[in-house]
Amino acid sequence: MADIVTSLKRPLRTPWNALRFDSKRLLAPAIGWIAPALLVLVWQSSASLGWLSDSLLPSPFAVLAAGWRLTLSGDLPRNVEVSFLRALAGLVVGGAIGFAFGLANGLSRASDHATDTTLQMARNIPHLALIPLVIVWFGIDEAAKLFLVALGVFFPIYANTLHGVRSVDPQLVEMARSYGMRRFELFRRVILPGALPSIFVGLRYALGIMWLTLIVAETIAAQSGVGYMAMQAREFLQLDVVVLAIVIYALLGKLADVVVRALERACLAWRPALHGD
Amino acid sequence: MSLAEAASLLRASADTPAASITLRGIIKSFGDKRVLRGLDLDVAAGQFIAVIGRSGCGKSTLLRLIAGLDAPDAGAIDFDAGADVAPRVMFQEPRLLPWANVIANVEVGLGARRREADARRRALDALAAVGLADRAADWPGNLSGGQKQRVALARALVSRPRVLALDEPLGALDALTRIEMQSLLEAAWRREGFTALLVTHDVAEAVALADRIVLLEDGAVALDLDVAPPRPRLRGSPEFGRLEETILDRLLGPRRRP
Repeated sequence: MADIVTSLKRPLRTPWNALRFDSKRLLAPAIGWIAPALLVLVWQSSASLGWLSDSLLPSPFAVLAAGWRLTLSGDLPRNVEVSFLRALAGLVVGGAIGFAFGLANGLSRASDHATDTTLQMARNIPHLALIPLVIVWFGIDEAAKLFLVALGVFFPIYANTLHGVRSVDPQLVEMARSYGMRRFELFRRVILPGALPSIFVGLRYALGIMWLTLIVAETIAAQSGVGYMAMQAREFLQLDVVVLAIVIYALLGKLADVVVRALERACLAWRPALHGD
Repeated sequence: MSLAEAASLLRASADTPAASITLRGIIKSFGDKRVLRGLDLDVAAGQFIAVIGRSGCGKSTLLRLIAGLDAPDAGAIDFDAGADVAPRVMFQEPRLLPWANVIANVEVGLGARRREADARRRALDALAAVGLADRAADWPGNLSGGQKQRVALARALVSRPRVLALDEPLGALDALTRIEMQSLLEAAWRREGFTALLVTHDVAEAVALADRIVLLEDGAVALDLDVAPPRPRLRGSPEFGRLEETILDRLLGPRRRP
């Protein structure tokens, strides 16, 4: 808005001004990366100057080198793929069940009475406390990771779907009914879109819990994956690989965030607050 | 036969016939409070009737019963044309779906026929009739309050209803927009010939628009006036003013004057 106002005040804008205006717009998204870049720079210089011992924290170059080495050997791509698929499978299974329960309990009083109390009680158990039990049940099998991640993402998706469905404007529902919308059409055109902003909030929480659960599960009970790779490296004091694993988790988390943002922009384009995003 | 009745008869012969409304012994209570106590009312097909009264007199409840949004505790509501009169409602709020663009919101008004092939064209026609054809692709969030109510009017009219119930739809608009909306509403009614039931607390609005004004008090009809002045009515004419005075006297009591 401010840019429009200034450009109106200066109808005879010089090419220099036009250039500056464009470069400002191009640089805006890059500003967020200044702080991480500075951090890496300080980290690298401390390591190069010998202030930072390799046995405490390897330099960024060492981490990069480890990444290159493991990429060539095929270990890194394989472990990242395993972790990514585990996270996705857990999210899909737990998210789908949470979404289904959230819808059912939001739409049907009977279903709500039957299951909500149980679910709310179960919610207060930290799901990571179940790890000993899960190892007894599933060993260190894929099922153990899937179970833990699914359980972790279930609750935020359930709670926010339920809240979203319940907070749909009853005036809109009455309007839609008066125009003859029933059941599925009412759900698809009024209730689901009305609940969607809240469901996205749940999805963001769920993604955070998804990575957290996976890291813990892979560190304690796994034979593959990024977490396992880090634990193996610790055994052999390969700190560069340990740090690499942490960086990979950060990048995967950022990737998930980018995907959700894109989804939100596509699905919630009608929200005025998102227009400037 | 009054002039208004003659006009109603003429309009009733349009291609979508308006429906008459008959209410007998309507009773409706909310908890201990009896809002409507045995109300009888006959509305001729094509008539523009305004229902006025103080807040809490039961006028909105009456509208919700006629529109089928609530069911009466006792009594009968009949439309002359029988089964398929689907009264359309314009609410106090526009109640547009914020996640559907303007044209899709108008299509909602087609009811079961919104999946037919010409739904889009009909919705565009209705939108053009309220002067918003160029905003078809916009989100409701980008419209002004008056524009939103115009979209709501297009949505209510797109199915060519035989009865249109209006629940103070102009109450939240500024004075100028309200006058514009009144003319738009009157033009639509003259063109389409539906039976219109307007609930309002604005006496001037009732006098400007209605063939007949019914005053509700304590859940029963306290005053039933035919409004004769020819249309379009001129605000500030002596006849207009006298009518407004009569109704205000009845509403507020003669003591309001020194």
